[in-house]
Amino acid sequence: MKDLTRKKIDSATIITGAIVIAVLLASFIAEQFMPATSMLFTVLKKSATYALVAVSMNLLNGFTGIFSLGQAGFMLLGAYTYGIFTIPVAERMNVYQYYNGGLVQFVLPWYVAMILAGLVAAFFAFLIGLPVLRLKSDYLAIASLGFAEIIRALFQWDKLGPITNGSNMLRLFPSFNDFNIRNASGEVVVYLDTLVPLLITTLCVGIIVLLINSTFGRALKAIRDDEIAAEAMGIRLASHKRLAFCVSSFFAGVGGAMLAMYQATVQANGFTTIMTYEILLIVVIGGIGSVTGSCLSAFLFVAASEWWLRFLDQKQMIGSFEVPLLRNGFRRVVFSIIIMMVVLFFRRGIMGTKELPDLIRGFKNRRRKEAQAK
Amino acid sequence: MWNTIFPYLLTGISVGGQYALIAIGYTMVYGILRLINFAHGDVFMVAGIVMVYMAASGMPLWLCIPLVLIATALVGFLIERVAYKPLRSAPRMSVMISAIGVSYTLQNLVLYITGGLNKDYPAIPWLSESITIMGATTKRVTIVTPFLTIALVVALVMLINHTKIGMAMRAVSRDFETSQLMGIKINSVISSTFVIGTLLAGVGSILYFTNYPTVIPTSGAMPGLKAFVAAVFGGIGSIPGAVVGAFIIGIAENIIKGLDIILLKAGVTHSMLGLATFSDAFTFALLIVILSVKPTGLFGEKITDKV
Repeated sequence: MKDLTRKKIDSATIITGAIVIAVLLASFIAEQFMPATSMLFTVLKKSATYALVAVSMNLLNGFTGIFSLGQAGFMLLGAYTYGIFTIPVAERMNVYQYYNGGLVQFVLPWYVAMILAGLVAAFFAFLIGLPVLRLKSDYLAIASLGFAEIIRALFQWDKLGPITNGSNMLRLFPSFNDFNIRNASGEVVVYLDTLVPLLITTLCVGIIVLLINSTFGRALKAIRDDEIAAEAMGIRLASHKRLAFCVSSFFAGVGGAMLAMYQATVQANGFTTIMTYEILLIVVIGGIGSVTGSCLSAFLFVAASEWWLRFLDQKQMIGSFEVPLLRNGFRRVVFSIIIMMVVLFFRRGIMGTKELPDLIRGFKNRRRKEAQAK
Repeated sequence: MWNTIFPYLLTGISVGGQYALIAIGYTMVYGILRLINFAHGDVFMVAGIVMVYMAASGMPLWLCIPLVLIATALVGFLIERVAYKPLRSAPRMSVMISAIGVSYTLQNLVLYITGGLNKDYPAIPWLSESITIMGATTKRVTIVTPFLTIALVVALVMLINHTKIGMAMRAVSRDFETSQLMGIKINSVISSTFVIGTLLAGVGSILYFTNYPTVIPTSGAMPGLKAFVAAVFGGIGSIPGAVVGAFIIGIAENIIKGLDIILLKAGVTHSMLGLATFSDAFTFALLIVILSVKPTGLFGEKITDKV
């Protein structure tokens, strides 16, 4: 009998690791030699952010079977926590101009603020989880969506202005561009602004993958497959669900902080339900229950919407023939139709529930069979 | 005191009626398909946009209104056929995701058609005239809405209780498979549910946009979500519940919008608190409270889980 409790690290896992490292290296090298304004880097930065949030959502929707739509709310918490604690003290008078410089008058290092961002999101997840996690599928979805809306309103409340800057935006905090190493005259010597977000995402997704493959992760999958059976097997539903919810929100909060760094400004109004929908669609396109899928589709989603389909928004001429329909906004229509196709006809998404190592293993098995047939 | 509250109460009742007309669509679809039709709010917005373009084309308004209703019902019918019917045997999560996809598509489509510009809703002569009752100035639509809503709801309840298609709807919502075995044409029942739901949302949109005459791609999202909350509040699947829930939410939301001024005039507070920010958030807080205290809502039936 196969020993299920201890998995050996097989060659497929090593190859996967090698691929990840190769991607990181390639992006680092590309960054040094290609012009910094290339769309590739914008897309990579944004997709690193979305990939992390998508994987965190997948942890709930794909691996635990909790259909939560609160992701934008947790991202908002993360983004604001990061922004509030990293704006340089000297700049606070400018940012909090209507609130006399604001209440917070100290600065945390960016990585501390980022972890704090996750913790704040996780704490709110714990609070909101108390009533919400008792609900069943659709009710849970709508209640978590409602929670995101409440948070959005709360952060725009004038009375919280000294902390959140009311409905004005937070800005001037360190963004991805500040990771670039500059020489004395301010020229960039080493570009790191794409590598750092990719590294953060790799680290966080790595932790999530380890978690999914642990005892805890298997308990979550059991809950997803059959709640009642899982409970009968001695899995404590409430505490497992709550922990999954908090962990997922932690990483959504970190993702929010990354989004703040990417955008260089934060405003509560941007974290609408549309954002949650987009992340959900990324998860669906990648395959509900596949971490690899979420990462891949985050890249495809961002690249298609920001880069590859751009041409649809401008007038295009083929010879002297002007292609009809092309004007501002057409990109998004085409994009939505592609998404509907995936949702309706390719319900398993790009990867289904498979991961990259599974694909490599499958490939090797096929090769072995072919060799045997000869 | 009364003079301060009354205008807000009046708007609340009117908005409540408009939410009720949307909420019925949610509650009927949920009753039959067990699906939160996330696209319903966007259908409401599409009805508004269709009206804007029809009126702009120079068509007389008396012709526009019925055409808008027909177009809206058609949109609802098509959405069901294209996006929900192929997923009938799929897990519920897939259908919900499809609904979210439709909502996303409709918003992007309208964004493309309008070019991202705010569109002004045409003024409907009699409805959008200002009148004064008991010292409060308002549009006539505010007074008409609650009565029209009640009349439509009574008609709908009659339809459901006394006609053949109504009986089929009740049967399908009770037990999907058994009613299929009894020879009920499931697909036509579901289609007619969508048509009725979207028709009412179309009426709601005419009333709503007469009061708030700007249509943008996201104008359906918030009323849609609120109407859904109303449906849950009243007990999902129950039409009277949805209507009661919608009126409560509409009134509460508008009272909160004016709470600063009301409290100030009553002498409770001495400065503005900016509570109006929470008028939307209150609805969702109410939802979370209701779901944790009484998950089946005010008039909902208790459902037990079978293994």
